[in-house]
Amino acid sequence: MALSGKASEIEAKSITKTFGAFTALERVSLTVGRGEFLTLLGPSGSGKTTFLMVLSGFEAASSGSLWVDGQDVTGLPAEARGFGMVFQGYALFPHMTVADNIAFPLRVQKRSAADVARRVEEMVAMVGLDGHAHKRPSALSGGQQQRVALARALAYGPPVLLLDEPFSALDKNLRGQMQEEMKRLHRETGTTFVFVTHDQSEALALSTRVAIFDKGRLQQIAPPEEVYERPANRFVAEFLGDINILPVGGEDGRLSFEGQPLTCDGIAKTTNHIAVRPEYMGLHLTQPAKGNAIAARLTDLTYQGAETRMGLTTPGGTQLILRQPTGVLPEGLMPGSSVWLSWPETRAFAL
Amino acid sequence: MTRTAALLGPLMLLLGLAYLLPFLGVLRWSVTLPEPGLGQYHAALTDPLVLSVFWRTLRICAVVTVVSVAAAYVVTLLWVRGSPLQRLLVELCILIPFWISVLTRAFGWLALLSNKGLLNSWLMSLGVLGQPLTLVRNEFGVIVGMVHFLIPFAAFPLATTFRGLDERVLMAARGMGASRARIFWQVMVPMTRAGVLGAALLVFVFALGFFVTPAILGGGRSVMAAELVYLRIFQSPDWGLGAAVSVILMVCVGALLALMMRQGRAGGVR
Repeated sequence: MALSGKASEIEAKSITKTFGAFTALERVSLTVGRGEFLTLLGPSGSGKTTFLMVLSGFEAASSGSLWVDGQDVTGLPAEARGFGMVFQGYALFPHMTVADNIAFPLRVQKRSAADVARRVEEMVAMVGLDGHAHKRPSALSGGQQQRVALARALAYGPPVLLLDEPFSALDKNLRGQMQEEMKRLHRETGTTFVFVTHDQSEALALSTRVAIFDKGRLQQIAPPEEVYERPANRFVAEFLGDINILPVGGEDGRLSFEGQPLTCDGIAKTTNHIAVRPEYMGLHLTQPAKGNAIAARLTDLTYQGAETRMGLTTPGGTQLILRQPTGVLPEGLMPGSSVWLSWPETRAFAL
Repeated sequence: MTRTAALLGPLMLLLGLAYLLPFLGVLRWSVTLPEPGLGQYHAALTDPLVLSVFWRTLRICAVVTVVSVAAAYVVTLLWVRGSPLQRLLVELCILIPFWISVLTRAFGWLALLSNKGLLNSWLMSLGVLGQPLTLVRNEFGVIVGMVHFLIPFAAFPLATTFRGLDERVLMAARGMGASRARIFWQVMVPMTRAGVLGAALLVFVFALGFFVTPAILGGGRSVMAAELVYLRIFQSPDWGLGAAVSVILMVCVGALLALMMRQGRAGGVR
């Protein structure tokens, strides 16, 4: 595919954005690498969309600066930044055909008619919309409209593509398909992608790095494995999925949980809480011979097809969650059963 | 269903008594006076004087529609998308005249535009003009008065259209580097086309029946259809012809309203 391999690096320095008395963003600093796929993740109201709007130039930062390839673009309006953008709800021109929608940014650049036509044809093929070019957006499905929006945003080969919750209106199956599509487009164009979502699994599946926002602050920015396995704080740990948090105490230079000594690699002995993801915990009917293990009582059992989800309570009253492949569960398990939970030493981390 | 009928009943009765019955009476006059038959319709559609009034009415209404809708488009754009100060000013400029009687407004324009009116005396005292400009007692005066009256009627439906615009579509166009002129002509205008057509139809229908403004600002020289009806009935007792002209006007308005409602159902006019 003949696409310009332009990709920019963006550096945000201490961006703050206030709306009246409300602080939407507080001193957010981060760098988006050339050709990176960065996801901005957070609950609604966390500031992720505001940050994207500041990147796009549709909102001006209250303070802080923004640099693209070493150039200060803080004061530059959206129309002068030359970024591609996919809006929530697609924002297609309803009165234009698919081809005219995609041609719009090219005509703005006053390219020759032949160039526009060739480029539109390329883009239509690239997003798999052959045979739909003459249709109006209203005649297309949600997934197809999404493809038009992507094609339009990528038509002139922008150095940065910004995407605001592009999949929020699609059903689950279509989402999966579009995620694949998006990865492919990122690979083929080599452009820097900045993508906003509130869907954790989407963020983990797509990104080279994930930036997690809460209450206007950047909580952590790291590759998907790292934010999931080594969350920087409790918010990140809990936001990215189920997590078991064990209150621990230090005795005789060892950590212990409810009086039971634990072996933990690389965790400071002064830690008050350790955390383990439920999928790393194993279930046993009797106390395992070695390794970390704690006793608990099963309170709740939810069959979810391939997986079964369990709720447990320890004698000390700590609530835990466990997820196990349904196929490996011991028989006769029911609420009230006494069981043992174990986990590999390396899978626990301090919180 | 019966509940709805019971609630709507009194209104229907009022409309029937106040509008439908009298109109049926007018319809009867048009085919009975001075003698039974369709003679008055034949006369109305062949008499050069009546025809010239019809043509003038159509011409004035067409010009008034184009000018009012174009002006209302710009005004509404400021009203809906302008700065808070612009919004306030536009709102005052639309609403205050809207509350003032049509008669008062017509005389106001007369005071402003007549030969010895404010505008002419001012221009002459400045030496810009030697002779006063004839701004009233002609079609120009009628058009000015009607446009002024009708702008709010175009502005209200247009405001609804503008408020329904998806802001993100305009942002998308801007983000792609489109100039303001391009966004206006290639995105905003086409996206509001249905609202513009609806507003135009409304203004045109309204303009067809105008009486007071043309009577005062036209000064008897640019008679429009409604004034013709008045003249035929009250000045040269020719009730049959007056009634026939009324019916023809009514049919035109009815046809346009039907068109407007079909447009509305098609999802065009919001």
